[in-house]
Amino acid sequence: MDNLAVVGVAQTPFERCKPDQTVFDLVYETVRNAIDDAGLMPADIGNVVTVSNDFIDGRTISSMAVGDAAGAHDKNISTVEGDGTFGAFYGAMRTLGGLGTTLVVAHAKGSEGDVRYVTNGMFDPVYHRLLGIEAVGAAALQARAIMDRYGLTESDFAKVSVKNHGNARHNPCAQLPMALTVDDVLQSEALADPIKRLDCSPVSDGAAAVVIADAEGVRKARSRPVWIRGVAHCAEAYFLGDRDLSDPAALREAARRAYAMAGITHPMGAIDVVELYDAFSYMEPLWLEGLGFCGPGEGGKLLDQGVTTMNGAMPVNPSGGVLSAHAMLVAGLARIVEAVLQLRGSAGFRQVPGAKTALAHGINGPCGQSHCVWVLSNEQ
Amino acid sequence: MENWLDSVTPLTLEGQIAVPYTWWVGETGSRFLIALRDEGKILGNRCPSCGTVYVPPRKNCGRCYVDTDVAWVTLGSEGTVRSHTIVRFSFPLQPAPPPFAYALIRLDGADVGLLHLIKHDLERLKTGVRVRARFRPASERRGHILDIDCFEII
Repeated sequence: MDNLAVVGVAQTPFERCKPDQTVFDLVYETVRNAIDDAGLMPADIGNVVTVSNDFIDGRTISSMAVGDAAGAHDKNISTVEGDGTFGAFYGAMRTLGGLGTTLVVAHAKGSEGDVRYVTNGMFDPVYHRLLGIEAVGAAALQARAIMDRYGLTESDFAKVSVKNHGNARHNPCAQLPMALTVDDVLQSEALADPIKRLDCSPVSDGAAAVVIADAEGVRKARSRPVWIRGVAHCAEAYFLGDRDLSDPAALREAARRAYAMAGITHPMGAIDVVELYDAFSYMEPLWLEGLGFCGPGEGGKLLDQGVTTMNGAMPVNPSGGVLSAHAMLVAGLARIVEAVLQLRGSAGFRQVPGAKTALAHGINGPCGQSHCVWVLSNEQ
Repeated sequence: MENWLDSVTPLTLEGQIAVPYTWWVGETGSRFLIALRDEGKILGNRCPSCGTVYVPPRKNCGRCYVDTDVAWVTLGSEGTVRSHTIVRFSFPLQPAPPPFAYALIRLDGADVGLLHLIKHDLERLKTGVRVRARFRPASERRGHILDIDCFEII
């Protein structure tokens, strides 16, 4: 990459419902905090990318509604309807394109609508939506596919939930810090076999923002820059039945491109900490496979061997992950925020000691139809 | 002023967005849905480049990026379950009361999975089980994905 860095980050605490804040309040607070974090003034921001979803907000062109709250007055503002990692990717391109320092902000208030209707709405209206399918039912088809193919078990998935909710106890922004046992997860309410309540991420309210700068912007900022070493995304087919749900093909390709950009040939050993998009517990082992940290079907072993725990060689989701807070679209940007905090050495009690290189990951579409992979480093 | 919110309940505004849509299903979709309605047949189509047989049929192959609506095939009404889930929570948009199942079904002659419902004999549901489409009576069919009421485990 061409000397691009994340110079400012901010996120709200994530909660089931924030009755005292509108989406405008969330965006305003988070953008101000991100600009302050960078040591910049609002006038130093060259352009703005907002990230939101119309179904979640209950408003068409929802991304344009928050321009004033995002400090975009008189600025080049553009929008992404997708996960925040994709919004940040676009933001990085805008800085590369000469638009100056980019502010990327994502917001969502899951409490205001009904997430089942919203996720049903992502499916094809002619062939799929009328079947009533939504995010949990679709995810269950993918979880079953990897169980059948590789022999992963509900306990393998439950261990991820235990780990990530446990990690969340050291993240003041997490919504669901919990000390759980595998049995707690296995005995939680059955929703769509094999998925149970504690295999699912929660519905959340919150916002996150990042400030992306080139070399000139980095010099102006008064924060420790975190350099963007590689970033890529890739998508596969829209219809679930067209995909092999047990094979994270799009993620493998996105990771390959991001690693190539970052000059990484062996990700295990090159990455110190991972923040990935575990909207459901089964996703963590599947995405670890797609990211090249293990062979097909071996994602569960990394946790069994302790590699991905807080004391392991490569902690995964020290923040508690998406399982512990899931403001939709915001969640991927929150992965970047956590990666930046880790690389600055400012992650508090969840700090991975000496972390130099971090990976942040986001998804779009049902069952990880598309993936965005970020490789970040505190060394240029 | 710091604690003003502690003394009141923040207000909410109840609302709903209900926008009517009429989605044209296109030529490819019309062939498929009319065959369901009028003949009780499930049509697919084949990519002339990679040979993939799609169901529902597509205008183009996503991988090869060529027309696929030039080679139509009539698929069997039987197939194999490739993945499945029994849904246990209820939600107003569901077409059946839980428990019911979603399955990705590889119809005989097709190369991709068709997402549909299984409503009965759920205790026999597992990956690899054979299923058969149960059509609604001809008089009730209207050119709709639910003209196939569900799949039944054979």
